[in-house]
Amino acid sequence: MTWIAQNLWLIPVLPLVASGVIAINKQPQRKLAVALSIGSMVLAFLLSLCAFSATLIHHGESGVFREVAGFNWLQFGGQWLQLGWVLDPLTAIMLVMVSFVSLLIFIFSVGYMAHDENFTRFFCFLSLFAAAMLGVVIANNLLLFFVCWEIVGLTSYLLIGFWYHKPSAAAAAKKAFITTRIGDLALLLGMVWLYAKAGTLTFYDGGNGCLEIPTLAKAFPFEGFGFVALTGIALLIFVGAMGKSGQVPLHVWLPDAMEGPTPVSALIHAATMVAAGVFLVARVYPLMKPDWSALAGPHTIVSMPPLDATVVITWVGAITAMFAASIAVAQTDIKRILAYSTVSQLGYMMLGLGVGGVAVGMFHLITHAFFKALLFLGSGSVIHGCHEEQDVRKMGGLKKFMPVTFATYAIGMLALAGFPLFFSGFWSKDEILHSAHNWPVSQIPFYLGCAGALLTAFYMTRQVALVFFGQYRSRACESADHAHSHVLNPPSHDGGYEPHESPAVMTVPLVILAVFAILLGFVGTPAWPWFDGFLKGEPVQFNFSKLTEGGTLGLMLASAGIVFTGLGLGWWLYGKRQRKTVEEPDVLQVAQPAIFRLLENKYFVDEFYDATVVRFNAWAARICNFLDRWIWGGVVLLVTWMTLGLSRLYRFTDEFVVDLGFDTGCETLREGGDEISKWHTGRVQTYLRVIGVALVVLVLFLVWGRKA
Amino acid sequence: MTPLQGCLLVSALLFAIGLAGAVTRRNAILALVGIELMLNAANLNFIAFWRYGPNPEALSGMMVVIFSIAIAAAEAAVGLALIIAIYRHYKTANLDEMKNLKG
Repeated sequence: MTWIAQNLWLIPVLPLVASGVIAINKQPQRKLAVALSIGSMVLAFLLSLCAFSATLIHHGESGVFREVAGFNWLQFGGQWLQLGWVLDPLTAIMLVMVSFVSLLIFIFSVGYMAHDENFTRFFCFLSLFAAAMLGVVIANNLLLFFVCWEIVGLTSYLLIGFWYHKPSAAAAAKKAFITTRIGDLALLLGMVWLYAKAGTLTFYDGGNGCLEIPTLAKAFPFEGFGFVALTGIALLIFVGAMGKSGQVPLHVWLPDAMEGPTPVSALIHAATMVAAGVFLVARVYPLMKPDWSALAGPHTIVSMPPLDATVVITWVGAITAMFAASIAVAQTDIKRILAYSTVSQLGYMMLGLGVGGVAVGMFHLITHAFFKALLFLGSGSVIHGCHEEQDVRKMGGLKKFMPVTFATYAIGMLALAGFPLFFSGFWSKDEILHSAHNWPVSQIPFYLGCAGALLTAFYMTRQVALVFFGQYRSRACESADHAHSHVLNPPSHDGGYEPHESPAVMTVPLVILAVFAILLGFVGTPAWPWFDGFLKGEPVQFNFSKLTEGGTLGLMLASAGIVFTGLGLGWWLYGKRQRKTVEEPDVLQVAQPAIFRLLENKYFVDEFYDATVVRFNAWAARICNFLDRWIWGGVVLLVTWMTLGLSRLYRFTDEFVVDLGFDTGCETLREGGDEISKWHTGRVQTYLRVIGVALVVLVLFLVWGRKA
Repeated sequence: MTPLQGCLLVSALLFAIGLAGAVTRRNAILALVGIELMLNAANLNFIAFWRYGPNPEALSGMMVVIFSIAIAAAEAAVGLALIIAIYRHYKTANLDEMKNLKG
């Protein structure tokens, strides 16, 4: 076993320790907090690179390179529960992505959170998050996975509610926590069911793991309902992934999560945490799409393979991709647009996992992590530069003021939109669409994906046009408002109302991410599907002819056409004729008010949930309250009264019956003692006198008694 | 009056004198002297009953009296030692002032 596989646990433990040390240190020690969290992330990143290179060295050897290590954690019955970690290409690639993106976002946060008084708390939470996320990535046990998964959920809650004094942030944190909890419940049920069936939750254990064919074949026999149970477990686990990854209908928390600080949105709600759900599906992919014929054994012929969970995954992913992209068209908050875009892209990942397999979904996850982190950090830079303004209608013309942010943002936007050939998003999305096109079950997911891609290009163009082109609208209205008071109130210290470019600590991560947003695409092109081969443990050849065969070229052209249509439409509607004022209605709003209203209000999903789930919950709570207060409370009160009455009775008998007699006896005894003690003079001669008198009396009695 | 009666009379007198002394004297030493007198009255009784009793050859009365005198000597020693100890403590030998045992 390689050294790095043995010591893989160091990667999550380093940020965990950093987080703990920051937590127990005093608040003003900012330098220490920054040094600890960034230092631990650098180390974790270097170790991740080690792990990655270890898998690279062994790549191409027989099958997938996989090393596991574990330790006994808990004994129950005669069995030890083993926790452990696994090093395989999937883990390695996620490790590098998570630690690298986290590192850049940590650096960005130093600049973004500079003015916040709870600076150290922020870094404590960020480090804890990174630790948990890295734990999720390396876990070789569904239980350890779940533990880290829940810590991730906790830190997400803490970070969304970081500005807890804002009621909206507190509500968003609560919403995120509760919504993901619904998914986690299903995940837990799936875990329990899997444990009951397979007897282990370890992923890979030399043939005894719950993802390996021998165990699965034993636990889920072809006869009876074995295969149905397997699909059921897979679906339950997928519901957990849906909650975390914001799939319809559990997507409602993700846009609200943008209440948190922007680096948090970038790190947690775009790049890593929401990807955890996708990663979960990829990790337990042998459950999601089992090799039915291998499970049934050589003697059984599976004439019709049973339905597996990937069908559901595909549909959910496709619907989410389309659904969220359409909402993003009508939003005005710069971060909310990106949030819905994230939901939509997560839908693509699920779609890719469903139709294409692990490599297709994971490739989009990795490329998306980079360009979405780039976009979010870019939006953070914009918000920072515009004095905490998030409404795109009040921005405009920022190209002039923030050139670096604009350039990097444009790269991110083109990558997200899937601009052909030079941007990573094109290759990863194309692969998903290609797989969807070849899906045997239905073509509808493919068309949904195409529509989503069109909308993606459209809304990103709209956003960039509104933010970076035209006039800076906020200044125009403000200067008109403040024209009179300008003499009394000269422009403030940070350059008046003009937006400003962010400091280097914020722009450098943007540039690095932008470079990766471009370059990453080239490891997964159809001509050189290195990523696919890397995950499957197969050698890869460079082959240009792959680009043209099997309809790949036609599909690429089609998706390029879609992207250009979206970009052109967006530019035609929003770029060519810029809005002049903030209040002006949207172009779409003028054209199609009903549809725009529907989209602007996110299909009224929140209202629908308010009217159904939330109201039902409130009613149930009210009933529980009633039961608690009147029924159970009444019983408790009755018992209380009975006890009180009994004790009063006891007290009465004690005081007036038992005590009274006893007291009288005691008093008499004491008085008697008093009387008798008076005889006890202490004078020896008195006693002697008494004895003498008694002697005389005795003698007299004897003498007279004899005579009588 | 037989010699026995005479002896008993003397002995009774001696006892009465001793008792009177032990009861009335304030001084502890004199009270002790009274007690010794009563003890000797008892000794005299022993001797008298032995000498004029039915079996004067057996020397039993003499034996008892010798024991009694020995015990009396020991008792006098202890008693005097007690009195000295009390005197050192209370700076007095007056029995009326020693009433710490009062209940």
